[in-house]
Amino acid sequence: MEFLKETMQFVISGLATGAIYALIGLSFAIIYNSTGIINFAQGEFVMLGGVITIFCITAFKLPILIAVAVAILGTTAVGVVFERLAIRPLKNATPLALIIITIGASILIRGLVMLLWGKDTQALPAFSGNDPIEVAGATMLPQHIWIFGVTLLVIAGNRFFFHHTITGKAMRACSFNRKAANLVGISVGRMVLLSFGISAALGSLAGVIIAPLTMTAYDVGVMLGLKGFCAAIMGGMGSGLGTVLGGLILGTLESLGAGWISSGYKDAIAFLILLLILFIRPQGLFKKGETERV
Amino acid sequence: MKKLITVALVSFFVFCMASAAMAAAPIKIGALFSVTGPASFLGEPERNTAQMVVDEINRVGGIKGRKIELIAYDTGGDSTKAVQLANKLIKNDQVVAIIGPSTSGETMAVIPVVEKAQVPLISCAAAIKITEPVKPWVFKTAQNDSLAVARIYEQLKKERRTKIALLTVSDGFGASGREQLKAQASRYGIQIVADDTYGPKDTDMTAQLTKIRGVHPQAIICWGTNPGPAVIARNAKQLGINIPLYMSHGVSSKKFIELAGDAAEGIRLPTGKVLVADLLPKNDKQKKSLQSFIKDYQHHYRTEGDHFGGHAWDAVMLLRYAIERGGDNPAAIRKQLEATRNFAGIGGVFNYAARDHAGLTKDAFVLVEVKKKNWTLVK
Repeated sequence: MEFLKETMQFVISGLATGAIYALIGLSFAIIYNSTGIINFAQGEFVMLGGVITIFCITAFKLPILIAVAVAILGTTAVGVVFERLAIRPLKNATPLALIIITIGASILIRGLVMLLWGKDTQALPAFSGNDPIEVAGATMLPQHIWIFGVTLLVIAGNRFFFHHTITGKAMRACSFNRKAANLVGISVGRMVLLSFGISAALGSLAGVIIAPLTMTAYDVGVMLGLKGFCAAIMGGMGSGLGTVLGGLILGTLESLGAGWISSGYKDAIAFLILLLILFIRPQGLFKKGETERV
Repeated sequence: MKKLITVALVSFFVFCMASAAMAAAPIKIGALFSVTGPASFLGEPERNTAQMVVDEINRVGGIKGRKIELIAYDTGGDSTKAVQLANKLIKNDQVVAIIGPSTSGETMAVIPVVEKAQVPLISCAAAIKITEPVKPWVFKTAQNDSLAVARIYEQLKKERRTKIALLTVSDGFGASGREQLKAQASRYGIQIVADDTYGPKDTDMTAQLTKIRGVHPQAIICWGTNPGPAVIARNAKQLGINIPLYMSHGVSSKKFIELAGDAAEGIRLPTGKVLVADLLPKNDKQKKSLQSFIKDYQHHYRTEGDHFGGHAWDAVMLLRYAIERGGDNPAAIRKQLEATRNFAGIGGVFNYAARDHAGLTKDAFVLVEVKKKNWTLVK
């Protein structure tokens, strides 16, 4: 009984952390699909979401909803500016060069935030209180429900946007074949810009809803970004359910590993999974292998 | 020929001016602090405090009429850089003594340099291995982790709590604390029933706490620096764990209470006396130093001085008294530092000796409990 109850707690904690990884993983996948690059500044978008919200609340005394909106808009603007200044001017750069640029951008953003807002960790008040809720013998916080809810909404919104709107379909077209998309009249440049905007918005949203739980500082983006990247790899870099499942599995395994085996190996478990998947199923857990015609 | 005379004349004047300047030359003290980088929460208050104390000493006429010049460099928390800068302080700046570095890793790297050059070093880092075994030229002001552990265990013994769980961060600070917690347990008749760790950047520790709850300990001791312990405090509240939770002195600042919020209530930790200076009894030896440090820091930087700044305060003051007693050559300073007795500073009452270059006892720590978002002394 005790064992079951403990396991239940591990699973619930794991799913909550996993939902965050899933959100970040999705934002990785969106940029990857329209540009073919992995944006390593993604974790910094997550960090900006939390940091800007807290700044708006403490400095301007804005109500929390407006602060969140400002943070998401602000981060989206950063994503768009980043694409304009650093990605677009390099027309014929290889994906590798672009990936290195994103790493540079992540260091720059982290440095600027550190200079502007200091190095201290800060906490955001919880959206709806701190009274634990009991679920089947395990406890969770109201904030966890926010995380699950927002993740579900984002998945639904994502699905609708990419499958049922012209712009979404155009973005998918770019991911399948840029040249062909260009030939049928899709402005590839605009789609890339849009993907950076959406991805930054998603990342910052993740950053805002986790800030009350995990707290935030200029350097929280590094680890969260890496875990989100793992989730996206597990999902085969697709912008759908695969990445979400990837995130949830990663979170649950981490938590079970920490609980059952040893907490010292928590991160090792995550990265071991990443390596195994890259070796055995580089196309992701849930994707069929693609054949490339020559 | 004419040219040669001009050169000779100019050289002569320069020489005269230089020697004139020499006569009133200030006493040069070097400082290495990690003002930027991961340990900036140590280095920044330390640098600020050192500069403040030097300014205050100079304002009242310096040491026996000679001003002090503080040459402070930022190591960025990097051991290699710390070694280079230590060499620079010794060879280029020709300082008579060095304060810092802020972290244990950097200090260990710098020790061979100062030992070879025979320049006294007063480290602001905590690791026990800095002064054990004793190195002739190396002293330190930060309290050993072992003293904090002893403080907690003493209390647990008093309350007859013998089964405890450890939850330590997997970095240098946590590892050193864990080592001490395990080493001293048997001396206090304490049994460690769970020994878990967490990563410095982890955001959820409910898994570890659930596991710990399962083995029914009588107290949990968590060893880490912000923000981890604040997350643990919140997670413990979420899980409804109501056995006493002890933290380390690594979170002894108002920041911890702010981050943990309501979850901080009832948490206990050992801390240097800075946090609770006003609550100390009047006859406490350190009270005067503590109040002057807090007042000066507030005056200079408009913010509260902390425990870490205190390490630099002690280092500069110890040097000041050593120079006052024995003059400003490195060998004399070393000898006088070693002869320091009953110096009531910020970190504790220092008594250095030939076999003890750390100089403190467990009385350097007091045990505090968070009540209504503030610190109270545990009796």
